[in-house]
Amino acid sequence: MRTLRFVTFIIALALVSQACFSGRQGKGAVKIQGAGSSLINPLMQKWVSEYGNLNSTVRIDYQSIGSGGGIKQVKERTIQFGASDLVMSDADLKSAPGEIIHVPVILGAVVLTYNLEGVDQPLRFSPLTISDIFLGKITTWDDLRIKADNPDVALPAVPLTVVHRSDGSGTSAIFTNYLSKVSPEWKEKVGEGTSPSWPVGLGGKGNEGVTGQVKQTPNTIGYVELAYAVKNKMPVGLIKNKAGNYVVPNFETVTNAAAETIDETPDDLRASITDAAGQNAYPISSYVYLLIYKEQQDERIGQTLVDFMTWGINDGQRFAQQLYYSPLPAGMVKRASAKIAKVTFNGQSLAPSK
Amino acid sequence: MSKEETKLDTNGGSKVLTADSIYRGVLIGCASLILVIVLAMLIVIGQGSLLSIREFGFHFLIGSTWDPVKGEFGALPFIYGTVVSSVIAVLIATPLSIGVAVFLVEQAPRSLARPIGFLVELLAAIPSVVYGLWAIFVLAPFLRVYVQPPLQTALGWTPFFKGTATGVGMFTGGLILAIMITPIITAVVRDILEAVPVTQREAALALGATKWETTKIVLANASSGIAGAVILGLGRAIGETMAVTMIIGNRPQISVSLFDPAYTIASVIANEFTEATGDLYLSALVEMGLILFVVTFIVTALAKLLILSVGRKTRRTA
Repeated sequence: MRTLRFVTFIIALALVSQACFSGRQGKGAVKIQGAGSSLINPLMQKWVSEYGNLNSTVRIDYQSIGSGGGIKQVKERTIQFGASDLVMSDADLKSAPGEIIHVPVILGAVVLTYNLEGVDQPLRFSPLTISDIFLGKITTWDDLRIKADNPDVALPAVPLTVVHRSDGSGTSAIFTNYLSKVSPEWKEKVGEGTSPSWPVGLGGKGNEGVTGQVKQTPNTIGYVELAYAVKNKMPVGLIKNKAGNYVVPNFETVTNAAAETIDETPDDLRASITDAAGQNAYPISSYVYLLIYKEQQDERIGQTLVDFMTWGINDGQRFAQQLYYSPLPAGMVKRASAKIAKVTFNGQSLAPSK
Repeated sequence: MSKEETKLDTNGGSKVLTADSIYRGVLIGCASLILVIVLAMLIVIGQGSLLSIREFGFHFLIGSTWDPVKGEFGALPFIYGTVVSSVIAVLIATPLSIGVAVFLVEQAPRSLARPIGFLVELLAAIPSVVYGLWAIFVLAPFLRVYVQPPLQTALGWTPFFKGTATGVGMFTGGLILAIMITPIITAVVRDILEAVPVTQREAALALGATKWETTKIVLANASSGIAGAVILGLGRAIGETMAVTMIIGNRPQISVSLFDPAYTIASVIANEFTEATGDLYLSALVEMGLILFVVTFIVTALAKLLILSVGRKTRRTA
């Protein structure tokens, strides 16, 4: 009997304290949950902590679960915003319970990295050579097609091993989207997607898996996000763009790719900027998007989201370079702001507070 | 007087009865919880994979294309990779573990057995992602430079050691699994050997048996327990995900050569589930889970049968 009373007491205590705490939270901090792209995760964590310092009443949590997961959770309304390095398909948008808008917030790049002893200068690659390498048609490093791009380099006669991502990833989607654009054969045989069926090669799990395998295994070539290649001090290939120039991936060339395509970008801002035109545009670049509902269900959360995103595409851009992302071109900042201005609560526009 | 005694007796008896029935009830509850969990899992996985089963039917099991872009899914390379890598692991780990356990129990002085036993338990507690990273950065380069080339020179004429030795593939995957399950099997086998009564050893020694002959008798008596330990290791090998994913090469193909990359069921689920878009794709991955369930069941049952029949034979000869 005594134990029973004790247990009741504990439960009552728990309920009361729970009520107290949740009450306090309701009046104070705004809690926002986001999830999705792992590409944007390092930057998003930086943004979340910087923005939290500026606004003590806002608490944002971001889970790096992959773009596909982000899209799925936004559709199910389990989170307030998603992040994706892929645009949502028309079918996905249609099956969502409300209108979802894409807001580009930053740019990322996928680069070719390799491990080839005795070659010091950066190698150059033309689009069809990359396609042939990943199709398994080029099997040695001294292949004539690689030599044609690098006439001054003494390429060793060693077998070439391809390394690709084994996990489903936006990085693979961007890379195969590029290959599908430049190579009809790739488009027909493999196509584009987060987990394409690779004709050859070893699969590494995650950017770190591919980086590790390329670094550890001689005579390999793989593709990773720019940050991983730079941080691990690995060689990065120059890629021939649409204008015929061999371009090294960096903040400038990636932002250029976005700037060059800004006029062709449709109103919903869903744009692929791979194989962009322009003298100095890096061809395997991509926007990372935040996905939110146009009509918000909660005024405070909606307002906070609008403020956070407005901060991100303006002040937040200065954190891009130190984390190896590329900032949005000025034209896109304008268009993204216009898009954010369309967010509403009860049909009323939620203008940025500041 | 006698009346009171009877009263007391029945009282005590009923108390014991209620206590007993509660005790029994709790135990039955615990045991049926296992059944409920397994059933619940089967139902959920079954429901999730309905779409894929309807779409592909039996072809899912024998198809060898896995192309999410085109929406074609076949599980055979993954089943092959799972079974072969686990079998390699058990073939390497079983004799090794029994050797270590026999040494610890039958040969090693206590001052040595204690620390080694402790190390074995420590190895069993290392998270698999750590094994995986170690495999990428230490084991694979080592195998590529020092083990695979001589193997290829000596046995390159067999179909098992062909292709480019990259240090990554079925061979390395099986090996890392073997390293991971060895401590588990060793720890269990050691405890089982310790449970064999000392009198048996003394009896054997008294009859003039050598140490080796004594150990043989002990092993024969412990055979069913050892079988259990091996099955435990096999189960872990089949379901192991992270370490294998990092080192097996993740290529859905069926190749006899152990140097070629392969893929396992658990790995493909871990790799692709987070980014799987589209209902059919998700359903196909869930069906992979169902297949893993069935494969584990079949392999474990087969192993049990095999080991039981071997055990019976050894007992007859012993």
